[in-house]
Amino acid sequence: MTTLLDVREIHTFIGQFHILEGVSVSVQTGGITVLLGRNGAGKTTTLRSIMGLLAPTRGSITFDGAPIHGKRPHAIAQMGIGYVPEHRAIFKGLSVRENLQLAERQRGDYARKSAFIFELFPDLARLIELPGGNLSGGQQQMLAVARALVPDNRLLLIDEPSEGLAPVIIEQLIAAIQRLSDQVSVLLVEQNFRVASKLAQRYVIIEEGHSPISGAMPDLMRDQALVQRYLGVA
Amino acid sequence: MRAQRFSLLAIVGILVFLVGVAFVNSNSPGDFGITLLSGLFQGMLLFLVASGLSIVFGLMDVLNLAQGSYFMVGAYIAYDAQHPGGVIDLMGALPDPNVRFIAAVAIAVASGALLGYMLERGLLRPLYSRPIFQLVLTFGVSLIALEGVKFIWTTTPYSWTELFGVRETFFELFGQRFSTYRLFVVAIGGVLIVAIGVLLQRTRIGIIIRAGVEDREMVQALGINVRAVFTLVFTFGCAIAAFGGAIAAPFLGASTTLGSVFLLQAISVVVLGGMGSYAGTAVGSVLVGLSIAVAQDTAIGTSFAALPSITPMLLLVLVLLVRPSGLFGNTR
Repeated sequence: MTTLLDVREIHTFIGQFHILEGVSVSVQTGGITVLLGRNGAGKTTTLRSIMGLLAPTRGSITFDGAPIHGKRPHAIAQMGIGYVPEHRAIFKGLSVRENLQLAERQRGDYARKSAFIFELFPDLARLIELPGGNLSGGQQQMLAVARALVPDNRLLLIDEPSEGLAPVIIEQLIAAIQRLSDQVSVLLVEQNFRVASKLAQRYVIIEEGHSPISGAMPDLMRDQALVQRYLGVA
Repeated sequence: MRAQRFSLLAIVGILVFLVGVAFVNSNSPGDFGITLLSGLFQGMLLFLVASGLSIVFGLMDVLNLAQGSYFMVGAYIAYDAQHPGGVIDLMGALPDPNVRFIAAVAIAVASGALLGYMLERGLLRPLYSRPIFQLVLTFGVSLIALEGVKFIWTTTPYSWTELFGVRETFFELFGQRFSTYRLFVVAIGGVLIVAIGVLLQRTRIGIIIRAGVEDREMVQALGINVRAVFTLVFTFGCAIAAFGGAIAAPFLGASTTLGSVFLLQAISVVVLGGMGSYAGTAVGSVLVGLSIAVAQDTAIGTSFAALPSITPMLLLVLVLLVRPSGLFGNTR
């Protein structure tokens, strides 16, 4: 197994606040890695730093062997990284189809991928002409994930997909993310430990701007003391 | 939905009021027609300044206070190219006044695009994270443009004398002579409103612009170079403003006050319609244009000579009192 994304000791500030004080995350090719940690630990900031939306002041980020830190967000995305942000960031005034078409990186991406996308999320096919703003929270989340699948991405950064969704919708999303992870590597941020443990093979714990511990998900699930200590859940 | 219905009601209400006042003030159907046509003429010119202002603001949060200067520069360049003895002398090369006018407009548009590109790439780009600096910068550029125009063409206003095709013909309706040129400008404005609207709705660049107005950061995260799109949009906005100045010049001439007058009216159009809303800009332009024409007509023979210049602001205040985000604005 090879390393697809290697984040090493990054420091990121938001304004004057030192949010990341040396976070390291390694994502292998294939499968799902989850970032765990309490609210405010720096999980979203880590994803935004990888995407270039925040600029790390120290440390390095390499994707598939090439350094990407310091590049602009669009250039990072073009290397094959899809971003599904917290709160989905669906374009409310654009139709579902336009939301998907916008994500094309090459002409015809949408046409090529639409069969796979609608197989994962059959609801979207039915809603295709509706404005994004008319969709329910769950539908918007599906659209946000689908949008990241339109171009040929090799890594998806998915931030809190289950946040604020009904249990039945969460089950659908879990199934979809499991299926798409056959084709593309995923770095997931997930507060819901049950969801995280179902999906991920590997974990990285983020705590107060550091990444003290990482490893294989089954090991973490056996170690109740560790889970209790870092996540406060058992 | 309720907000949309209210906006529609407000638009119809304002239109009925303006047309009603125009009707009451007019002595004949011809008089009434002139007021309406001159309102639409003014509205279309305003649209050409306001559309760039609105899209640029929506996409990049930059209020370009130099937008009116592009209109003014467009007018001067078109005037200069059409008439003998200027900086650009086309009299020998293009003796046919019609062809010369088309060339004059093309030169004005190209200059507007070039100057717009230079302003965005050279001066605005380093200041993207500093909105106040941008405001001061574009204001400074408008002052420099004004002094530049005075330096090249002096402060004396020019009125258009080199007539051509549609500029020297008239048509008659209700026993009144109307200039074909006004109708021509209204038609061009109408075509552009539709064309830009289709561009925004149907093309990829249009989808990118609409998405960028909503959430610029997410557009970048999808792999789209928003800065390149912004350069394109800014350049296009300046070119369109210069085009507006060029086609306004045969009627309004070229003078140093054009820039500030049209900028102020265009800002009221953009705020009235709702910042960043294209439909709002189009509707706002027509409403403000008509209100100015009706006010001009009303002010004739009274001591309210200032009425036409304060009417856009009155309209703006009235609408904003009820809908602070403008007719088509999102509350954000």
